[in-house]
Amino acid sequence: MADPRPILTMTGISKDFPGVRALADVGFRLFPGEVHALMGENGAGKSTLIKVLTGVYDVDQGEIALDGEPVRFSGPLQARQAGVSTVYQEVNLCANLSVAENILIGREPRRFGAIRWAALRRRAAELLRRLQLDIDVTAPLGTCSIAVQQMVAIARAIDVSAKVLILDEPTSSLDAGEVGQLFQVIKRLKDEGIAILFVTHFLDQVYEVSDRVTVLRNGRLVGEYLTRDLSQIDLVGKMIGKELQVLEHLDEERAPAAPEPVVEARALGRRGAVAPFDLTVRRGEVVGLAGLLGSGRTEVARLLFGADRADHGRILLDGVPVSLRTPRAAMGRGLAFCSENRRTEGLVEELTVRENIILALQAVRGWARPIPRRRQEELVGRYIQALRITPADPGLPVRALSGGNQQKVLLARWLITEPRLLILDEPTRGIDVGAKAEIQRLVVSLSKDGMGVLFISAELEEVLRLSHRIAVLRDRRMVAQMVNEGVDADRVMRVIASGESS
Amino acid sequence: MSARSSYLPSGRYVPVLATLALLAVMYGAGALRYEAFGDGQVILNVFVDNAFLLVVAVGMTFVILTGGIDLSVGSVVALTTMLSASLLKDQAWPPYAVLPLVLLLGALLGLGMGCVIHYFEIQPFIVTLAGMFLARGLCYTISTASIPIDDPFWRSMADSKVRLAGYFVSPSVLVALVVVLVAAYVLGYTRLGRNVYAIGGSPGSALLMGLPVARTRIAVYTISGFCSALGGVLLSFYMLSGYGLHAVGMELDAIAAVVIGGTLLTGGSGYLVGTVLGVMVLGVIQTIITFDGTLSSWWTKIVIGVLLFVFIVLQRLIAARGTRSAPAAPESAPLTLTAPPAR
Repeated sequence: MADPRPILTMTGISKDFPGVRALADVGFRLFPGEVHALMGENGAGKSTLIKVLTGVYDVDQGEIALDGEPVRFSGPLQARQAGVSTVYQEVNLCANLSVAENILIGREPRRFGAIRWAALRRRAAELLRRLQLDIDVTAPLGTCSIAVQQMVAIARAIDVSAKVLILDEPTSSLDAGEVGQLFQVIKRLKDEGIAILFVTHFLDQVYEVSDRVTVLRNGRLVGEYLTRDLSQIDLVGKMIGKELQVLEHLDEERAPAAPEPVVEARALGRRGAVAPFDLTVRRGEVVGLAGLLGSGRTEVARLLFGADRADHGRILLDGVPVSLRTPRAAMGRGLAFCSENRRTEGLVEELTVRENIILALQAVRGWARPIPRRRQEELVGRYIQALRITPADPGLPVRALSGGNQQKVLLARWLITEPRLLILDEPTRGIDVGAKAEIQRLVVSLSKDGMGVLFISAELEEVLRLSHRIAVLRDRRMVAQMVNEGVDADRVMRVIASGESS
Repeated sequence: MSARSSYLPSGRYVPVLATLALLAVMYGAGALRYEAFGDGQVILNVFVDNAFLLVVAVGMTFVILTGGIDLSVGSVVALTTMLSASLLKDQAWPPYAVLPLVLLLGALLGLGMGCVIHYFEIQPFIVTLAGMFLARGLCYTISTASIPIDDPFWRSMADSKVRLAGYFVSPSVLVALVVVLVAAYVLGYTRLGRNVYAIGGSPGSALLMGLPVARTRIAVYTISGFCSALGGVLLSFYMLSGYGLHAVGMELDAIAAVVIGGTLLTGGSGYLVGTVLGVMVLGVIQTIITFDGTLSSWWTKIVIGVLLFVFIVLQRLIAARGTRSAPAAPESAPLTLTAPPAR
């Protein structure tokens, strides 16, 4: 099915950053009409490879050939003009402009320097039709869902006679239905003969769309495989380069929870956010929250943490009613909340790892009692080690860390306050399998030490694996709570779908 | 799947429509209260008295649309009047040499500030603040006193009236009108204009979309500098003098006009017609206070202050509504189910 001649070949690519060898002698090829998944853990060199290809970084060594011709792009713009377009994880479009403008800005049809708006809209609509999308092109982009914005970004990318389309984690902020839509678009483009380089953390997405997989590990090429010849377990093994015991281990050891409750919510609710619910988390217990995107999972967490004011019900801590009006009050009482959005609501990217980790503890103590530097370093060093944050340099700005490691820094920040209840909202989203397994293992060991954990995740399997009990949310209402014994994904899904706890 | 669109006045136009409604109410109230107010010439006089502010505000609109700010405009206006007066009177230069020179100088000042802002990545606020002090200070190196202008061309521009069906405007108004039309065309129908909006929406995205961010950003400050100089020329037509204390605080009037006209201070949203309306609102307030005769002129400032508050809050509400309705779409999203890798 694939043309025998690759459209793009990269051979012997090396790239050094001060102190780090990001890519070492990596080879990569891409055939027209094929979806090629680039896999690897965070920090394996996927992004660097893409940036080298599109000219964001210079190549230190190696050759890039497009259509047999050696090329070296000076930047994404030039790469695009040569037919290599990139769509990034974050939608890099302007929300204030219309859909049509976003697709065509920079190359609007003009007559005597004046933009021909009618022609522009027509052309944009044509391009979207090519992707079989029916979108009002005059609507401001900001009013479209993220998925549609992503498609618009793709429409923009393929407008120029694109030969190679690079999709850098396009699915990480989409839900399943939107991912399906995106995949249809990808398949259509593939049928048109465009070569697609696809980066994702979701393994089943790799198996759903890709024909070929290239695996990188620590900046080195592990190998190139046909997707159908490679089992999931082998793929993961090649990515993390160690045996999978880490992941397998988890299951058996789920220690029983102690009977005494840490936190109890009684008919807690907030109009417009979530209907009144009862929820108890006991010492050493992991309670999983399952439900669709937007079903009220995060809202439950925010109410418990005092980030939103409840207008109904009350919260009991150790059996005593308390008022948690602000996150600060909640922190003072031993609650910790690791938010879903680590970039905007969690980490301060400009600060160092050490400063980020110390932040919450300092906040609990109040600014008048600074933590001595020695103590800071000791604490930070301990958690960097315990969570295996790499690079293990507390002086590095958090911005420089990979997604999984940023998540660990955020976790360390809360663990350092020694909370009694830890609320984790999507802690494993967008991070690689290795880091994911480590975070899951951490949750298990924390609960063994007596911490209560409220675990929110869109991955049902993950919730099932870690939780003692599962609470299911549907349409902003807690519809069921079940003890996680003999419960399988099917049953939880049925509850989510029907709203009945059968 | 299809984006939810409606043909109700979308959020984009609400601020401009609000300004239009406000203007209509104010004019109506004035016309009811004062008999002579209803005369069409009153509205035209608003333009005659504010032509320079309109031109300056047009330049400011470009800057604010990119999310920037230009505090130097008032000082550049003053410097232009001063330089023109000095060259015409003390050096006895002919007008056709003075005019291009002062306009070029204004544009160059803007260009310089734009380059500093872009290449050194310094806040526009601070760079143009420096430009403001610089230009104001330069006025006094020419003279600390007011210099009268008695050049015949300047006089003719000051005195002549363009008559139109019983009404009249000054030539300055026509100049301002041309500036407004050209600017509206540039914003709506040229790549430069659309790039201005794109940068205001998201500078990072604009860069990744391959738009010429550097050129555009520097261009808007150059445009603003040019408009300030042109505004200065119009002010010197109006005042027939050059003085270092001319146009003190005009940058704030211009910003107020732009914001009342519905342009977002954070950039990316707004229309030039809004700026025209904003200038008219300021002008009509002054006119009402003049007509009344009993009110202190400070009431102008008070009313402008209140209006600014109202409009900023209005924008905030519209923006909040926009962001709340935007990502709320996937309410019925299906399950995200990813199998655990190890099984």
